[in-house]
Amino acid sequence: MENNLIVSASPHIRASVSTRRIMLHVVVALLPVTVYSVVIHGLSAVWVLIASIAGALLGELVMEKGRRLPVTLDDCSALLTGLLLALTLPPMLPWWIALVGGLAATILGKQMFGGIGHNLFNPALVGRAVVFVSWPGYFVAGYAKSAAIGIANTASHKAIQTAVEVASGASPLAAMKLVYDPTTSPTGLRGVPQGLAGSSYYRPLLFANPWGCLGEVSALLLILGGIYLVATRVIDWRIPVIYVGSVVVLTIVIGRDPLFYMLAGGLLIGAIFMATDYTTSPLARNGKVVYALGLGLVTWLLRGWSNNPEGVMFAILFMNALVPLIDRYILPSRYGKVKEKKGEKEAGEVVPG
Amino acid sequence: MSIATRLFDRVRGGVHPPTYKDLTATEPIREAQAPSTVVIPMRQHVGAPCTPVVKKGSEVRVGTLIGDSEAYVSAPIHSSVSGKVIQVAPQAHPAGGDVLAVIIESDGEYRPEPALSVPEPWENLEPREIHRAVRDAGIVGLGGAAFPTHVKLNPPHDYPIDTVILNGAECEPFLTSDYRLMLEQPEAVLEGLLVIMKAVGAPRGIVAIEDNKPQAIKSMSAVTRGGGIEVSSLKTRYPQGAEKVLIDSLLKREVPSGGLPMHVGVVVQNVGTAHAIARYFSTGMPLVKRVVTVTGSIVREPSNLMVPIGTSFAAAAEACGGFTEPPGKVLMGGPMMGLAQYTLEVPVIKGTSGILALSLKETAYIVPGEPVCIRCGRCVDACPMGLIPTYLAAYAYNEKWDSLQRLNIQDCFECGCCAYACPTRNPLVQLIKTGKVELARRKTRMESRAAELAAAAPGEEGGNGE
Repeated sequence: MENNLIVSASPHIRASVSTRRIMLHVVVALLPVTVYSVVIHGLSAVWVLIASIAGALLGELVMEKGRRLPVTLDDCSALLTGLLLALTLPPMLPWWIALVGGLAATILGKQMFGGIGHNLFNPALVGRAVVFVSWPGYFVAGYAKSAAIGIANTASHKAIQTAVEVASGASPLAAMKLVYDPTTSPTGLRGVPQGLAGSSYYRPLLFANPWGCLGEVSALLLILGGIYLVATRVIDWRIPVIYVGSVVVLTIVIGRDPLFYMLAGGLLIGAIFMATDYTTSPLARNGKVVYALGLGLVTWLLRGWSNNPEGVMFAILFMNALVPLIDRYILPSRYGKVKEKKGEKEAGEVVPG
Repeated sequence: MSIATRLFDRVRGGVHPPTYKDLTATEPIREAQAPSTVVIPMRQHVGAPCTPVVKKGSEVRVGTLIGDSEAYVSAPIHSSVSGKVIQVAPQAHPAGGDVLAVIIESDGEYRPEPALSVPEPWENLEPREIHRAVRDAGIVGLGGAAFPTHVKLNPPHDYPIDTVILNGAECEPFLTSDYRLMLEQPEAVLEGLLVIMKAVGAPRGIVAIEDNKPQAIKSMSAVTRGGGIEVSSLKTRYPQGAEKVLIDSLLKREVPSGGLPMHVGVVVQNVGTAHAIARYFSTGMPLVKRVVTVTGSIVREPSNLMVPIGTSFAAAAEACGGFTEPPGKVLMGGPMMGLAQYTLEVPVIKGTSGILALSLKETAYIVPGEPVCIRCGRCVDACPMGLIPTYLAAYAYNEKWDSLQRLNIQDCFECGCCAYACPTRNPLVQLIKTGKVELARRKTRMESRAAELAAAAPGEEGGNGE
């Protein structure tokens, strides 16, 4: 018989999972919130989405061409980076700023480190940080002027809108920070902005929140996306659950409203879609637990005691930097790392070589 | 289990590949005739290879001793056919390389060696005599690793054995030989377990079977009648049948790194091995044939065959109707740990649990290159030993020997879970294997260099630099 036998090392079968499929799962998980964001914010959101994704793809392409490496756009990781970045940007951001953000994400955040799997920081958040420090004004006043505020005409929406307008167009969480100062009014409103006291502000945050980044239009859709990712085993539940859980617990400790802290701002999108980024989070489950606890603590500190409303972004970037350390010292529980059973020969004789 | 232990001390690893066992699970074991010539390599097991005790022209019968060794970790080899030795020469071996083999032309009559006799009932024998009998029968572990059984049955006295685990997990996809044995001959399997328990002085015996084989669990439970023996159902999960994983699952004991099951009071034997022991005590015929699952989507009639040792893979496949298309890959063993063959002219040896043929399309060919990793952590989650396969592979690739040792590369038993789970098709096992081999090579080199230095500078003069 003609011999065409292939010889290679075991194993000879592989799970039907690929980088591309994983990335597309995340994109699918983000689609509802993306579409809904366009519904709420209208055309301005579309421009931010297109520019950010285009920037990310372009950045990847240019760097890989320039370094004469195989172009890896088909693994869909750059697409995901661009989409994630867009969802963390304010809807009123000019398209060219989003484009710069996308370029920064894949060039500075990813390819400069050597491409997929090598970057230290979450590329989408690097892109966002670049935009944030370069054009900070849009992150204070870029939210409330969105096209679709008209649709939100309920009492609770009005309450948030008032609070947001008091703080001249910030997101609810930023508004809270600007309006409510815990050091001067410790017995005040238990942690929510003045205009929101007593009203059911959870509903707009869950279902339709026009005062935030693109991806913050509905906490519910983000949570559903997270459930989808856990169910498809793309992400481990530990990071989002422990991260959000630790923020909630710490918020309760200082006597503030934990649900508001959870639903407003970037905590959910950060915990579900940013902190779980493979490359920039620890490899082992034990490490993931430590990482998520660190994220919760740093976010809580930044939200409570810094002058900056961007607790989640900087918490994730900060913890990203600690991942190599965590990976070195927080190892999986190893089999066989046990003391010898009592009553047998002295230890040391068991282990040959 | 508290929440903290759940978070931090999880069940380690494992993957769930499709089982593909329905191809052969309902196929009763049938006897296969040996081809006109059988090739019996003198390396059939872990340990010292045998030296031929026959030469060209010798007449042999079924069960005639053809190879033996003085070494303790070794087992004699017997002819599987009656006929004449036509050659003693190196031949292709399914574990790689060429190995000295005895080639016998069969007369097709299978006349048994007249000197053989049914041994004394094992119940009347001392453990020492059982060890001897098992060795003389040429029995080695039939699960695939092929460690000489008599060595395992004779642990040092410092390590009392309290439990014998009979491994019927058969967690490799495609393979059904142990399953069929448990279904068709549960009494013999049980008998073998009793012999092993007596040989090691263990009061307790566990037949461990994965819960995707309810029929086997039923059939084994039907014949166990107390006496310290229980049938235990395991969660289906690859590599549930690996010794260390098995011991952890059943007894919650961890074999120390670098140690053996006997260090935690356990002996693990494969179901097929127990069956072979029982058969020897009832017939006196040494191990000259074994059950082999010949399977794969391109095998015309996938089967469980009782195959004489030395039958070529080609002949075994022919006994199953041959292939429907030229195979892309042929393995000895299952798809997770099996060895890819470059020719079908290799013989079935004692450790051949299966012959698996994959079509060219099914063959996941891995293009060699730089190890790509997206740090998804799937390999870490999949590793039953709690290692970090992606780092081991990367360090092996980048020749960071100290780091390999720091991350306990020697604990890897190459089950393949990491590479199976990897979305980037990183050749993790291949790299880790290379790293282990190179580490061992460097160690021997350093030792021999140290010995050379010691020899070159004898006495107390060695300390003087001038």
